[in-house]
Amino acid sequence: MSEFSTEQVRHLAGLARIALTEDELGRLAGELGAIVDNVAIVQRAAGPDVVATSHPIPLVNVYRDDVPTETLTAEQAVSGAPEHDGSRFKVSAILGEEQ
Amino acid sequence: MSDLTRLTAAELSAGLTAGEFTSVDATQAHLDRIAAVDGDVHAYLHVNAAALAEAEAVDARRAAGEQLPELAGVPVAIKDVLCTIGMPSTAGSKMLEGWVPPYDATVVERMKAAGLIALGKTNMDEFAMGSSTEHSAFGPTRNPWNLERIPGGSGGGSAAAVAAFEAPFALGSDTGGSIRQPAAVTGSVGVKPTYGGVSRYGAIALASSLDQVGPVSRTVLDSALLHDVIGGHDPKDSTSLKDAWPSFAEAARAGKRDGSLKGLRVGVVKQIAGGEGFQAGVTQRFGESLELLADAGAEIVEVSAPNFEYAVAAYYLILPAEASSNLAKFDSVRFGLRVTPEGGGTVEQVMAATREAGLGDEVKRRIILGTYALSAGYYDAYYGSAQKVRTLIQQDFSNAFEQADVLVSPAAPTTAFKLGEKLDDPLAMYLNDITTIPANLAGVPGIGLPMGLAPEDGLPVGIQFMAPAREDARLYTVGAALEQLLEERWGGPLLSQAPDLAASSMLAVSDGAI
Repeated sequence: MSEFSTEQVRHLAGLARIALTEDELGRLAGELGAIVDNVAIVQRAAGPDVVATSHPIPLVNVYRDDVPTETLTAEQAVSGAPEHDGSRFKVSAILGEEQ
Repeated sequence: MSDLTRLTAAELSAGLTAGEFTSVDATQAHLDRIAAVDGDVHAYLHVNAAALAEAEAVDARRAAGEQLPELAGVPVAIKDVLCTIGMPSTAGSKMLEGWVPPYDATVVERMKAAGLIALGKTNMDEFAMGSSTEHSAFGPTRNPWNLERIPGGSGGGSAAAVAAFEAPFALGSDTGGSIRQPAAVTGSVGVKPTYGGVSRYGAIALASSLDQVGPVSRTVLDSALLHDVIGGHDPKDSTSLKDAWPSFAEAARAGKRDGSLKGLRVGVVKQIAGGEGFQAGVTQRFGESLELLADAGAEIVEVSAPNFEYAVAAYYLILPAEASSNLAKFDSVRFGLRVTPEGGGTVEQVMAATREAGLGDEVKRRIILGTYALSAGYYDAYYGSAQKVRTLIQQDFSNAFEQADVLVSPAAPTTAFKLGEKLDDPLAMYLNDITTIPANLAGVPGIGLPMGLAPEDGLPVGIQFMAPAREDARLYTVGAALEQLLEERWGGPLLSQAPDLAASSMLAVSDGAI
């Protein structure tokens, strides 16, 4: 039986950059335990001699010809941003006080 | 003029070419249908305001004597996971509410080049995570067969749009069954192509090693026609295959000729053909379809895929792992929502507050699960083991395809369940894709098409065929052949038995219910 503590979920949420509420942390702790119990069967499926597959149809050395093509303009690139100055994305402070 | 929304895309194409009606007529008929029934069905998130102008432009080109592609002027719906210039592309998420991309997905670009008219964007589970479209941030889509039931997911919007005659065909995407399972529960057709057969460029990524874009329609031929337009190599997608593909429309037409099934070896996959979790009516109609295939000369063999038992578990590790990485791009900087915590905050705090507000429960659940599966100390046990299962499932497919030309199973274990029924039980929801997930893990193509109504509830059930990678044409041939045999039995398409939504909407209006 996999058990997740609220603290453990809080740590994962921090890694995933999601500010979960206390309610969500508690609920997810229970749900994750149940889901992990069910998916853990993958551990008994394969022995050490089985290789891992990352892509269904592997391709190697996929390159495009090195020629200029049409790209987005700066205006287009920032057009969907929540805040910009016309050619650059605007963000809030990178460092907090404790840093 | 007869009701143009009842015509297939192939029939619309023929009528347009013969000058029986114009693209404006066909587009207007579908817009009228959307206005009449979409209040109930909610298949669309956005209707294209420029659709009639685009139709007029195609009509003008035709009138000027220009030689146009086969489908020019035929309307189509687009799943909201695909980027479209001039139309919002939200992937069903508040995170991207109102976001209009500055570029088109390759499939959208090809569709436009072929002269198809975009009717609008269809509803979906948020970021394609779900099997019922109930996880859309903009409210669920309803099943045209019964408005209290789910239309499947994640592409419930595209499936419901074609089943409710709000579009002749549509684009979808399939990561673990999001095209085929909605097809099954709405009585429509859908195809997940071979991985790499259709470009993913401009499809908002869920799990990049599993996602494939494909067609959704009411007939096998229509899916083939759309697949012919969108498929083929794209240098903008590094996983795109360089193969020269045959005409899938020709493959579908070949299926309707006498003797097309003669000698075809059809492998029934023991592990996903029935048993626990499969509804009686699904099992019954599946058996009847196999008999029809056998009567038409196909050879039915049983094949075993022992590692399919682990497919759902492997999928719910691989998908969340890839999704947790893909969805990291929603950082409140480059597109979509930004939520600033009270009193301000650093960019990291703004990102966390934005993702808390902009992502739904199921998306958060899978991102956290994926983050866990990829974290140090657990990686080998979970993600690594799941990737090994993927190898074993590919081997199962290789072995099965030594004994059979195509594999067959039900496309979904049950008929459409009631809205809300499985919403609080993620594990029960995950089992809806038990028959469709193996194809995504192995990259092989699959088609879902109707095989009848379940006697116990009168709702549609679907059958799935799978073929070896790169052999998508076989699916269109066998699919069209079975479709023809079934329609002879039913006396017409299954969807002609669906309730008349316009009449019920009008009744509701006269009752003062709206």
